[in-house]
Amino acid sequence: MHKLKLWLTAVALMVVAGVAAGCGASVADQDALAHAKKTDTIVWGVKADTRLFGLMNTKTGKIQGFEIDMANALTKQVLGKAAKATLVQVTSDTRVPMLKGGNLDAVIATMTITPERQKVLDFTDSYFKAGQSLLVKKGSKVHSIKDLTAGTKVIGVQGSNSVDNVKKAAPQTTVLQLADYAQAFTALKSGQGDALSTDNGILYGMSQQDPGYVVVGGTFTKEPYGIALNQGQTNLRKALNKALAQLRANGTYERLINKWFADIPGFDIKEVE
Amino acid sequence: MLNILTNNFGTLMSGLGYTLLSSLIALVFSLIVGTVFALMEISPAKWVRVIGKTYVEVIRNIPLLVITMGFYVIVPKYLLPVDGFTAGTIGLTIYTSAFIAETVRAGIESVAVGQMEGARSVGLSYAQAMRQIVFPQAIKIVIPPLGNQFINLVKNSSILAFVAGFDLMYQGKIIANATFNTFDTYLVVGLLYLVLTMPMSYLMRHLEKKWVTA
Repeated sequence: MHKLKLWLTAVALMVVAGVAAGCGASVADQDALAHAKKTDTIVWGVKADTRLFGLMNTKTGKIQGFEIDMANALTKQVLGKAAKATLVQVTSDTRVPMLKGGNLDAVIATMTITPERQKVLDFTDSYFKAGQSLLVKKGSKVHSIKDLTAGTKVIGVQGSNSVDNVKKAAPQTTVLQLADYAQAFTALKSGQGDALSTDNGILYGMSQQDPGYVVVGGTFTKEPYGIALNQGQTNLRKALNKALAQLRANGTYERLINKWFADIPGFDIKEVE
Repeated sequence: MLNILTNNFGTLMSGLGYTLLSSLIALVFSLIVGTVFALMEISPAKWVRVIGKTYVEVIRNIPLLVITMGFYVIVPKYLLPVDGFTAGTIGLTIYTSAFIAETVRAGIESVAVGQMEGARSVGLSYAQAMRQIVFPQAIKIVIPPLGNQFINLVKNSSILAFVAGFDLMYQGKIIANATFNTFDTYLVVGLLYLVLTMPMSYLMRHLEKKWVTA
């Protein structure tokens, strides 16, 4: 009798595992909005290494930042006040594979809308208009992208389009790609490169953390951030676009932008909205 | 899958080259450093033994990534400029040397004590006895586990990807990000690692047959 029970349990477990595996394979194609309504949550891919946008607070274990607040506000706007955003950490490197694999409903992680990405992903309207710039040590010889000639090294982050932009704007410089922004900034501090290049919002966050490093040269690209979704998730995209417009109209968006970016020296809020 | 290989052939081959170069350098130096520490671990002088044991225990119990990041971040900040490739290769060498030291030590200790005693009793010095009597016997015992360490070393060289060392894994990540075809890219990268490790595996088996059974 005991053996039979064990057997039945084992078989049941296998069936469950099989069904779960089957579901896993097709999650990316399901209607994410319908699924979100059923579970009362949207699963967001967010950054946890990017100050001002999404940064893990090591004391509380919570991720904080503009994009986190946006994810929470958008989830409530789409699904109702009781709904909660589920936050999953991603890096520039993992956000696309995780989204495509169906682990995430949406990615709000400093992701620029580019034509290449639009071939494999869908984007909402832009919620932040960043531009790429340079971060250097105070007193550095590098003052703008023009100073990045042969023999200089620029640090970037794997999977971000900023490394391609640097290669286009300064073809002679060597680009070193690191795994995330924390590592990239550490590499800059230990002298592995002459400058760190990515979007200005992210760079201002680093400069705020360590005033020994400054943003120079203004922006040399336009980087509109959008929320990335799997291709074909039209319902969710429409719902998020509508929610975004509502947040802009009711002043929530303005309040969140001011909360994170108002007191950053050298940063022009009007430029990004 | 094939178009990942053909479209990025140059990039992948340069990555393969850096991986091979780093592995070869690390292999040679970790073998030398590892053997030196193995001899220190069994030295008759106590303080030498303590140094040897401490090195092995500390290094083999720290993750490779931590050692490598140490060389990438701390050394250039306070000592001398080290780029990603160098930091990764040094980290790999030091990390592997601790495991090789343990392997070689075990090999030497498995040679019967009587061999050393006999050699000493006919008038050989400690160094002579070690070099001419004990070591040749130990080598045979050590070959198979050493082969394992070398294969691990080649695979561990993917640590270079984390410090922008231009190796195969680093290039693989870049290609995966550019093409958004993660699955096929890593499949190709995996196969290219096999191209490196399989011949090595066969070489070690060959040496095993030739030396161990001889």
